[in-house]
Amino acid sequence: MNEIRSKILHILRTSARLTNAQIAAMLGVSEQEAADKISNLENEGIIIGYSAIINEEKYDRNAVTAVIELKVSPQIENGYGAVANKIAQNREVESVQLMSGAYDLAVTVKGENLREVAMFVSDRLAVMDGVLSTATHFILQRFKEKGALFALDADDERSLVSP
Amino acid sequence: MKTPDYEKLLSERVKNVEFSGIRKFFDIAATMDNVISLSVGEPDFKTPWAIRRKAILSLETGHTRYSSNAGIEELRRKICEYTQNSIGVNYSPSSEIVVTVGGSEAIDLAIRALINRNDEVLVPEPCFVCYSPLVELAGGIAVPIVTRFENQFKLTPEALRAAITPKTKALILPFPNNPTGAVMRRDDLQKIAEILRGTNIMVISDEIYSELTYGGQKHVSIASLNNMKERTIVINGFSKAFAMTGWRLGWAAGPEPILTQMLKIHQYAIMCSPTTSQYAAITALSAPECRRDVDFMVSEYDMRRRLCVKAFGDMGLDCFEPEGAFYVFPRIQSTGLSSDEFCERLIKVKRVAVVPGNAFGKSGEGFIRVSYAYSLAHLNDATKRIEEFLREI
Repeated sequence: MNEIRSKILHILRTSARLTNAQIAAMLGVSEQEAADKISNLENEGIIIGYSAIINEEKYDRNAVTAVIELKVSPQIENGYGAVANKIAQNREVESVQLMSGAYDLAVTVKGENLREVAMFVSDRLAVMDGVLSTATHFILQRFKEKGALFALDADDERSLVSP
Repeated sequence: MKTPDYEKLLSERVKNVEFSGIRKFFDIAATMDNVISLSVGEPDFKTPWAIRRKAILSLETGHTRYSSNAGIEELRRKICEYTQNSIGVNYSPSSEIVVTVGGSEAIDLAIRALINRNDEVLVPEPCFVCYSPLVELAGGIAVPIVTRFENQFKLTPEALRAAITPKTKALILPFPNNPTGAVMRRDDLQKIAEILRGTNIMVISDEIYSELTYGGQKHVSIASLNNMKERTIVINGFSKAFAMTGWRLGWAAGPEPILTQMLKIHQYAIMCSPTTSQYAAITALSAPECRRDVDFMVSEYDMRRRLCVKAFGDMGLDCFEPEGAFYVFPRIQSTGLSSDEFCERLIKVKRVAVVPGNAFGKSGEGFIRVSYAYSLAHLNDATKRIEEFLREI
């Protein structure tokens, strides 16, 4: 049972656009069973969404993404959760993660240009209650995201037809 | 100065052999832009990293000499262990194994070691393109045995019996099969073995796709059946299972009297297989992570196989469910087109390359070979285009 679930997740991770019928055929189960398994995964909050992997630089050359290291003072009862959730509410924020090591929260922020991200950090993040310090790292180039390679030379080097 | 008369210079035997139909189709495909392919016969996965690392290490430490003719001893031992574990047949590393330049060289050696002028070699078709030309180059006669869609493209005992003559020297047994994906189960092999035990015919069992079988049933080698080891040459290699096509490494295992003669040809023609590949291959057969990589690849192929069978079924084409290798072989007779016409029009109109079934023998006419050694997104895109093509013709 769990094997089918993990195979479904494996397929959806790389190709979420396949139909339930296709996924069912790949796993040798009925379409109904595949559909049920997928809705269970969704209902249990294991699958929380589906999205495309986009080469942002290719789509919009001005767009920037930054990873911001945040040091945060944890609060009684709530720990880091309250601040993390507050940050996560912002539209510009793509991801928020609590980290081990030298800083506390890793926040990914996407903006239309450099200035927009810089303003967001200085005006919204840095001044937030509980935020002790920020260190902003702009992403210069992406090579791989969610298992997908960005490089053109990731193209198939095999010849068109072979034995 | 006159240019040489090449026609006169060239060997009649070589001139009479035709180029592979796969190559002919490649020449057509190569003239077009933006073609997406479903026609390669090699894995899309990269060689497992542990294998590549071992090759780099062997180069860094300067292990770049000839090996013994039969191959590095440790590799031969590993091959024997692997063969024992996978098909349950025990070979001697010192006298019953030759490490070759791909499975292809092993096939050539086996045929050359056995064939006198006009000896007959039985070749179940459709099959990979090399057997008949190699038989003809060795002076023998290739006798096709047609395998049929209705029989899941298996070699039947009736068809075999009907093809045997006093001149029959060998039977090629190419299963799991390229291009059909057919597999011979133990029962099927028992019936073949029963016929062969009473004859003086050798089996050349090309098991290059042995790791790639699906549906929970493991590959069975005819060599593992009673009294068959002594009349079988098992061919295998690293290309398909370990995604090592470019490394060119395979092997033959069989009875000492035959392997000794094969080694003689190998010694004069090749000397020894590339040593970098040989060192890497030792890792392929011994590192646990390589085993995991192979298992992962097999489970990926299995899912793609099912996806393709469904896609062609949905298009209304008869598609035998392949149990091995990484091809599906749908029947396209219902379109009213020949295999060549189908493939040429498909590539022209939809820019999708598949291989005409008749490239694998006359009996492949009416079929196309589709490889699923591609990513899911690629397969999905390509099969959608084929579906459009079918609606438009």
